[in-house]
Amino acid sequence: MSQEVDGPKVDVRKRKFLIAAASAVGGVAVAGVAIPLVTSMQPSARAKAAGAPVEVDISKVEPGMLLTVEWRGKPVWIVNRTPEMLELMAKHEDQLTDPKSDMPQQPDYCKNEYRSIKPEYLVAVGICTHLGCSPTYRKEVGAADLGADWAGGFFCPCHGSRFDLAARVYKGVPAPTNLVIPPHQYLSDAKLLIGVDAKGA
Amino acid sequence: MSALQKMMGWIDDRLPLTATYKAHLSEYYAPKNFNFWYFFGSLALLVLVIQIVTGIFLTMNYKPDAELAFISVEYIMRDVEWGWLIRYMHSTGASMFFVVVYLHMFRGLMYGSYRKPRELIWIFGVLIYLMLMAEAFLGYLLPWGQMSFWGAQVIVNLFAAVPFIGEDLSIWIRGDYVISDATLNRFFAFHVIALPLVLIALVAVHLVALHEVGSNNPDGVEIKKHKDPVTHIPLDGIPFHPYYTVKDIVGVIVFLMVFSAILFFAPEMGGYFLEAANFVPADPLKTPEHIAPLWYFTPFYAILRAVPPLFGSQFPGVVAMGLSIVFLFFLPWLDRSKVKSIRYRGPIYKIALALFIVSFIGLGYLGLLPSTPVATIFAQVFSVIYFLFFLLMPWYTSIDKTKPEPERVTG
Amino acid sequence: MKRLKNFLFLLAAVPVMAFAAGATVHLDKAPVNPGDQDSLQRGARMFVNYCLNCHSASAMRYSRLEDLGLTEDQIKANLMFAAEKPGETMKVGMTKSDAKSWFGATPPDLSVIARSRGADWLYTYLRGFYRDDTRATGWNNTVFDKVGMPHVLWNLQGEMVPHYKEEGGHQVIERLELAKPGSVTLAEYDAMVGDLVNYLVWMGEPAQVQRKQLGVIVLIFLGLFFVVAYYLKKEFWKDIH
Repeated sequence: MSQEVDGPKVDVRKRKFLIAAASAVGGVAVAGVAIPLVTSMQPSARAKAAGAPVEVDISKVEPGMLLTVEWRGKPVWIVNRTPEMLELMAKHEDQLTDPKSDMPQQPDYCKNEYRSIKPEYLVAVGICTHLGCSPTYRKEVGAADLGADWAGGFFCPCHGSRFDLAARVYKGVPAPTNLVIPPHQYLSDAKLLIGVDAKGA
Repeated sequence: MSALQKMMGWIDDRLPLTATYKAHLSEYYAPKNFNFWYFFGSLALLVLVIQIVTGIFLTMNYKPDAELAFISVEYIMRDVEWGWLIRYMHSTGASMFFVVVYLHMFRGLMYGSYRKPRELIWIFGVLIYLMLMAEAFLGYLLPWGQMSFWGAQVIVNLFAAVPFIGEDLSIWIRGDYVISDATLNRFFAFHVIALPLVLIALVAVHLVALHEVGSNNPDGVEIKKHKDPVTHIPLDGIPFHPYYTVKDIVGVIVFLMVFSAILFFAPEMGGYFLEAANFVPADPLKTPEHIAPLWYFTPFYAILRAVPPLFGSQFPGVVAMGLSIVFLFFLPWLDRSKVKSIRYRGPIYKIALALFIVSFIGLGYLGLLPSTPVATIFAQVFSVIYFLFFLLMPWYTSIDKTKPEPERVTG
Repeated sequence: MKRLKNFLFLLAAVPVMAFAAGATVHLDKAPVNPGDQDSLQRGARMFVNYCLNCHSASAMRYSRLEDLGLTEDQIKANLMFAAEKPGETMKVGMTKSDAKSWFGATPPDLSVIARSRGADWLYTYLRGFYRDDTRATGWNNTVFDKVGMPHVLWNLQGEMVPHYKEEGGHQVIERLELAKPGSVTLAEYDAMVGDLVNYLVWMGEPAQVQRKQLGVIVLIFLGLFFVVAYYLKKEFWKDIH
């Protein structure tokens, strides 16, 4: 006989230990190969460069106007809100789902009544929180198709979600949450940097 | 009965999982006397897996487009996280595949693994080798460097040497009048999906055929001749698992050390694995100074160049190159020796095999060099020896003085 | 038949061309050390100042220079003249057709030039320019005869003139001599070119430093794995007699 696997000489504990050790080292080896492969599916240096912070000159954005810029392939709105707009915004808080911005849809420095760093400038990602359409800017108060009490804001043409001028969602529409405020900072009065928080923030 | 056993029972009622495991691993009895040369089969399987896995990840970022292909490879090398590692694994793997396969084939020649009853295993093996060459050739166009382009140009033009239909054939292969975007795109399709599927199928058949008749061994004697009267297990056989799995793991690690040493410290391998000229984007208007195929093709390239043109046609050279591989298929019937293994063969076969290996390596070396009159004469001599090894085999194997084979395997 | 003739021509031409390639000049050994960050930083500065005007490095992002120990602000301030964002690749303003009309050929992209030419060739080439009034640019080169590129670094190196010797009935260049000194000495110039070539080698494969470091770890790990696997094998094979 060439095999005596179950013979008395077999040190079962030693074998078990060696199998465990080899399995452990082999597991590390498999992980060591898997990690680079899985990581390679992360955004590449090119994607990161394309997704780098965007510098925007906001001096040309007249009061009441909206400017759309692209950041990470998504539309980002910059709205220069007039004092009248800001005034109207405070009056319909009872109709909103999350008027105090309690849900983490914005950086901490924008968790205020205007959802912005400077009251007049709204910076928001123009992607509906329902299914990803881009809502349209409807600033005209009491627009015929949106009802007499429309205070100006954003209307999503896909499923009718409504947001006010602080990008807060109204109650009773499909979108569950307020629009996202991206990290941003002011480099100067006229220069806005979208994509990174201010240093130390 | 444990939950695991229950689950296995459930599966086994529907799928022969345990039966397959037993038939191919735990109760597949392999000769106990495998030596060093028997590592390369499992290593070839390992490299196949490496190539498929890294290939899938390369495909995620590579662009099969003449405008973008070259820069997309550099994009993988720089911008994709760990892209350089994946690409070097694939490029090193390509060459190492041939290293392993050549050693595996040499093992077959030494121990007569192609002889009855293993003719089909050998034939499937040669088919795998052919597919592998096609796969390597197609894949080498993809980086779209100067060597990619001009190498493909020369090889596709070989088909143009076929009488009557050659011209149309080569245009059909390229899909254009020169190697172009259309060629790159179709080579990509064949390289990433068509040939891998064929290759995997052939490997599966190769293994099924092997496990049907059982492995050969360095003594070239059949272990199935002497079975235990009660258990019917071959007396000189041991279960593949665990004995050869634990042994192959050692071989795999040693192989991976060599593989890693190349990959991490010399990925270009002095220009043999990655050629300098291939770091220049393909330029259809400018031929590189010296075109040589990658090292694993050079023996056949040397045979091609060694055959003089006939009536201004390169066709005889192309035929000779083709025949040099076709002869391999007939090996099982060319060999008339009474014994399989080189251990019991007479001096004639030993000398013939040695001359054959010297010729093959010599041709490989000459194929790398620019052809000169002296080199051509050497290539012609080596080519003749290469073919005589096959053509004279029925004669010299039958007159060779063999030693008697042992009844059982030796140590 | 035309294909076939082309092919035969190609086969026939290979040895001729290879022979021509065999008669190359001696190349000096380039002082390459991809671990020397100071040298690489100096080389990067040379590269953006002198090479990037005409040659692109379209696979190379400015931000990757951070691997050389530079900060993003340093890169922006000192090395980015032709780009707006550090994430951009090293492009060049000149169009391909302009370049072709000026130099007779499009200056090649330099991303992987060190991998195709080799460090020694680059090092010798950049130190091999000499005055040749028969050339449109006024310059020729010892390793790249009739090169289209002018001697961009001439105000550093100065003007070299060839010193000929007789060999087999031909006049061949034995060495170059300094005719008009440049702003640095020849030894300093060699060092500067050395830095530049070092940078080109690094740029050819920015992952190479990381590659070698990882290689050591992988080999040590496999060594450990080998020990475990060896004892595992030995233990099981005790059964086999």
